[in-house]
Amino acid sequence: MQKEFPQMIQIRWHGRGGQGAITAAKVVAEAAFKSGYTGVVMAPTFGTERRGAPVSTSLKISRAKIYDLSPITTPDIVVVLDHLIINEVDVTAGLKPGGLLVINSPRPVQEHQLPGYRVAVANVTKLGIEAGLRKGIVNSGIIGALSKASGLLDIDMLTRCIADEFAARKPEDNARSAQLAYDATQISEPNKGDAHA
Amino acid sequence: MSKKLIDSGNAAAAMAVQLAAAEVIAAYPITPQTPLTEKLSELIAAGEMDAEYVAVESEHSALAVCIGAASAGVRPFTATSSNGLLYMSEQLHWAAGGRLPMVMCVVNRGIGAPWSVWNDHQDAISQRDTGWIQIFAKDHQEIVDMTLKAFRLAELVHIPVMVNYDGYYLSHTYMPFELPEAAEVRAFLPDYDYKHTLSPEHPESLNTVTLPDARNDINGVKQGSYMDIRHNLHQEMCLAMDVWEEIDADFQQRFGRGGAPILDPYCCDDAEFVVVAMGSIANQFRDVVDRLRQDDGLKIGVLALQMYRPFPIARIAEALQSFKGVMVCEKGLSYGNQGALYADLKSALYPYPARPRLHNFITGLGGREIRTDDLYLALKTACLQDDLTTPVQNDTPQWIGLQL
Repeated sequence: MQKEFPQMIQIRWHGRGGQGAITAAKVVAEAAFKSGYTGVVMAPTFGTERRGAPVSTSLKISRAKIYDLSPITTPDIVVVLDHLIINEVDVTAGLKPGGLLVINSPRPVQEHQLPGYRVAVANVTKLGIEAGLRKGIVNSGIIGALSKASGLLDIDMLTRCIADEFAARKPEDNARSAQLAYDATQISEPNKGDAHA
Repeated sequence: MSKKLIDSGNAAAAMAVQLAAAEVIAAYPITPQTPLTEKLSELIAAGEMDAEYVAVESEHSALAVCIGAASAGVRPFTATSSNGLLYMSEQLHWAAGGRLPMVMCVVNRGIGAPWSVWNDHQDAISQRDTGWIQIFAKDHQEIVDMTLKAFRLAELVHIPVMVNYDGYYLSHTYMPFELPEAAEVRAFLPDYDYKHTLSPEHPESLNTVTLPDARNDINGVKQGSYMDIRHNLHQEMCLAMDVWEEIDADFQQRFGRGGAPILDPYCCDDAEFVVVAMGSIANQFRDVVDRLRQDDGLKIGVLALQMYRPFPIARIAEALQSFKGVMVCEKGLSYGNQGALYADLKSALYPYPARPRLHNFITGLGGREIRTDDLYLALKTACLQDDLTTPVQNDTPQWIGLQL
């Protein structure tokens, strides 16, 4: 079912240097573009990143051309490629009330609930290994969790774009990793989160 | 068939250079330009582009190779950023003075010291008097289209062209754009045919020492000297504005895009206030202007300056002369004075008695985040100031986003 979306969807991605958050955002940008969105802007925030340090990138998706390239300050969706980043970075900074937080975590969704937000969790690290990927390859899998939780883009389009992006690096395993994460994603709605807060 | 795709601004530039069939690429890597020349080297290595890639040891040599290639009648391309552009500076003057057509992408970045790899316009602005044509792109589509048009302009007027686009904001950002069909580009941009091509059969002395005065050549024909040659560069550079408009009109007919090659106005028709800017920030201002109109009822527009050198004095003065207020927002300045564009614009408006009040804003130096909310507040304040019965002309640059 196609949902009603606001004029522009803003997705902020948090990962670690070397984890491939920018590549993941790029794949989703490509899928959005191929799905008919005219306005797609994926703008990485470049700092003095090194392997392992927290990094972030902005993805804006709209039916109309996007003119403002400044970084996202009030995201609709935040994607976190490593749940431990939550201890280091204020990942929900500016997240709109009722907004969606997608996390790669070995813990169940109940342990990540946040008042006022939708939270989606999948153990993308584990599912990636099941899909045949090297341990720690999570940037393809997290896309599946985002797709399931947001309903923003069709999972078949996303897995096709993943296979294209990873054409020389296990395209099928990467696509399968996203499909497995899609199937396994657990979602906690905001009111439920409030009750447990 | 043209092709629509989504990719980075650097990739867009590289694909435009491939379409333009540049024959010699000489470049030295520097952030944030590096992915552009990497992409070109990949295209050449894969046999998808028939060009010679010359790996050089410095930017100075990169431009020297392009000067040699252009002199030999070959179409060259280079790209750089920041301190790399400054390291080329001597050769920039040489390429322009030698009237050698070539195109260079400058992926705009702040200049050290202190080091910054992030965006502002100080690199290009500091080289504004080298005799190069300088154009500024606002998005990836303009990077592609301007690069293609720039080759034709350079080769028609024999003046090198610098295509500027913002580091990171455009170079590393992914957004959709359209690439024209190669055969159609070939029809738009014919092979480079240089009448002074270095050739043993037709020896010529080029760019030798000139004496202060004009003198006769071996055929007894009077030939201008340094001052005359430089005068012609200036005259023909001013005329290049008309040529640029003609090229744009032809491009628009062929590819359906264009129509604002020098000034690109948005919501200016009924406006009382206009903000003037170059590069991607001019697009950011479109959203700010929409908000000021919607929330505050302010009649404001934005005028993107697409060509900075030659400076379109008459065009911009006529466009701006009757507004109540004009805000010039820049990512660079002439230290100890004002923003370079602000000073240029103020000078252009001098002959117009009804000229608008002017404000100069400096923002985004060294990649300092340019918050849309800050731009909104700055413009709103400036508009309200101009609406006072006795507004004050403040010539001092106002800084947006300082963290002092």
